[in-house]
Amino acid sequence: MVTDDAGQGGTAAGQDNYAGHQDGAGHGMVQLITPAGERVSHPEYDLWVKDVSDEQLCSLYEDLVVIRRIDKEATALQRQGELGLWPPLLGQEASQVGSVRSLRDDDFIFPSYRENGVAYCRGVDLADILRVWRGAASGGWDPYTVNMAIPQIVIGAQTLHATGYAMGIQNDGADSAAIVYFGDGATSEGDVNEAMVFAASFQVPLVFFCQNNQWAISEPVRLQSHTQLVDRGAGFGIPSMRVDGNDVLAVMAATRVALDRARRGGGPTFIEAVTYRMGPHTTADDPTRYRDPNELEDWAAKDPIGRVHALLDRKGLFTEEFEAGVRAKADAVARELRAGCTGMPDPEPLDVFKHVYSTPNSWLDRQQDHYSRYLASFGDPAGATQEEGAR
Amino acid sequence: MTQMTFARAINSGLRRSLDNDPKVLLMGEDIGTLGGVFRVTDGLQKDFGKHRVVDTPLAESGIVGTAVGLAYRGYRPVVEIQFDGFVYPAFDQIVSQVAKMHYRSRGAVKMPITIRIPFGGGIGSPEHHSESPEAYFAHTAGLRVVTPASPQDAHTMIQQAISCDDPVVFFEPKRRYHDKGEVDESLDPDSAPPMGQARVVTDGSDVTLVAYGPLVKTARDAATAAADEGVSVEVIDLRSLAPVDFATVEASVRKTGRLVITHEAGQSGGLGAEVAASITERCFYHLETAPVRITGFDVPYPYSKVEMHHLPNLDRILDGVDRALGRPNSLSGLEG
Repeated sequence: MVTDDAGQGGTAAGQDNYAGHQDGAGHGMVQLITPAGERVSHPEYDLWVKDVSDEQLCSLYEDLVVIRRIDKEATALQRQGELGLWPPLLGQEASQVGSVRSLRDDDFIFPSYRENGVAYCRGVDLADILRVWRGAASGGWDPYTVNMAIPQIVIGAQTLHATGYAMGIQNDGADSAAIVYFGDGATSEGDVNEAMVFAASFQVPLVFFCQNNQWAISEPVRLQSHTQLVDRGAGFGIPSMRVDGNDVLAVMAATRVALDRARRGGGPTFIEAVTYRMGPHTTADDPTRYRDPNELEDWAAKDPIGRVHALLDRKGLFTEEFEAGVRAKADAVARELRAGCTGMPDPEPLDVFKHVYSTPNSWLDRQQDHYSRYLASFGDPAGATQEEGAR
Repeated sequence: MTQMTFARAINSGLRRSLDNDPKVLLMGEDIGTLGGVFRVTDGLQKDFGKHRVVDTPLAESGIVGTAVGLAYRGYRPVVEIQFDGFVYPAFDQIVSQVAKMHYRSRGAVKMPITIRIPFGGGIGSPEHHSESPEAYFAHTAGLRVVTPASPQDAHTMIQQAISCDDPVVFFEPKRRYHDKGEVDESLDPDSAPPMGQARVVTDGSDVTLVAYGPLVKTARDAATAAADEGVSVEVIDLRSLAPVDFATVEASVRKTGRLVITHEAGQSGGLGAEVAASITERCFYHLETAPVRITGFDVPYPYSKVEMHHLPNLDRILDGVDRALGRPNSLSGLEG
């Protein structure tokens, strides 16, 4: 059985100063696939992924590759002026795939803005993933169709939403769980700390999934915390674990441990997935102003996709046919993403008034009426027809 | 009809909402075992259980933020912020989450959250216990802001707020908690006047006096005193601060030609400014004189030994009525 102090990990327990953990490698961190693609055994966590077949491993690989392709295509779309902004997730593919693929359909996801790989795996329509970044809406999809909330931009605010949602699950007597994604910077936010207080006090079925990608825009994680982030969870009495976030199997094992605890009424779990943001914070950022290129090189050697590739190779599964199939899938997804982006209809002028309230509002109705008249004063029939449609 | 206090009337309304909808739940600090520091939720946890009347950790953002998650799950949370001055830690969750989630999700996610806030001064408390922060919320798109002024309205409007699919910030005039009034508990909230509608409290023909929350009683007393001097004051209780029912105010001003607005909150950028501007836009040619604002000052809520100077009272309101009528008043002879 996995114990509550799983944060100490199956490898050497991390007792040293947090600054010593900046490389994120090996110190009290669960790892099942080494960067070289070697499958290492672990007395506890192996049990949680023993059902992962070769076929599933291939499918995990495919998701990792497709997500990287989505990320690349979206970055290109931004550079070409089709998106206003894009927050790349390059380097964090394993953290996202390993966690989301551990969930059931009736579990509910609360993402930040960088979980676009999670959204893809959850089945969110490709165009919907880009809708916000194209400026065509403030939220891309109906959360209830995929049981995944729309992305949260205010850092850490969604941890409280997830906690409340999990309180609701508990009240309903359901055995599903909620999972919330946030980053290393978010752990400094009051909301994240309040969420851990509430989640621990009420013992709600929730997974705090922290992707420690080492950087909050230009601020390194050591500015956020004097201890390992995993210790923050433990400080609230929340069972906490630290896993190699670039290892899709380790992430999957940890998430399954956490979900199992949640479903059995054992309350929340904190997972620190140690990974690295290989790209900029967003396409508007320039990491060369604050980041040592050597650090990037070190992390490139721990690439989440490369190690699964190597593992599949060792197993004799990485055939030319397989590789071609994955590439074809990634290209097809990229084409669909691009088409969905450029083919997205622009919102209408009076859409600006839509959905502010779900009940009539005299202030807003008057403003909409006046603006409709203003538009109509140009003799624009579009303005006139919109008047009736919008509300 | 039953005689009951303002606080009891809210309690009774909350009880009805809990009874009628299993998705309604109450959250806040000290609201369960203690029954709230003002006893507004007295006895509810005992009757509805700890999962429906939830004593929360002491964290306002946490209370509102978890309510957002519960609403996401289909619940209808009613949260209590213990005092007006303690709402600010929750400001981000209210302004950026509660208010905007429906817009952000293009209508997919409803936020039927009621945020109860005891507000206003006159109770001799230290700092942070007597504030009037309503303008912040009235200025925020996506929120509705209401405040009852009588036990009957408190009873009805809390139920209307809870059943509203939009988030409602519900300001309770705390210095009126112990005032008694007749309450018809059998009144169906759906057939009662909607919470968005202003109410003419006292008919009059010379001056329109607009008030809300704790000052409605003061305004009514001022109207009585003015009547003794032969001045007929029409008192309007706004009830809803966002949106304001300008149609009711406008109809009154078209009749009286004079407008006085009073509130405890500081003057600049307050509700009085919005009412004055909107009414001026709507019926400028019916106004005989400029609108008059009798409000708290633009100061931090003062210590209790001087709070009576900050709070509009009957005499200051009557001075404003005199100004609106062009009669001698404290500012006679001053330009502008």
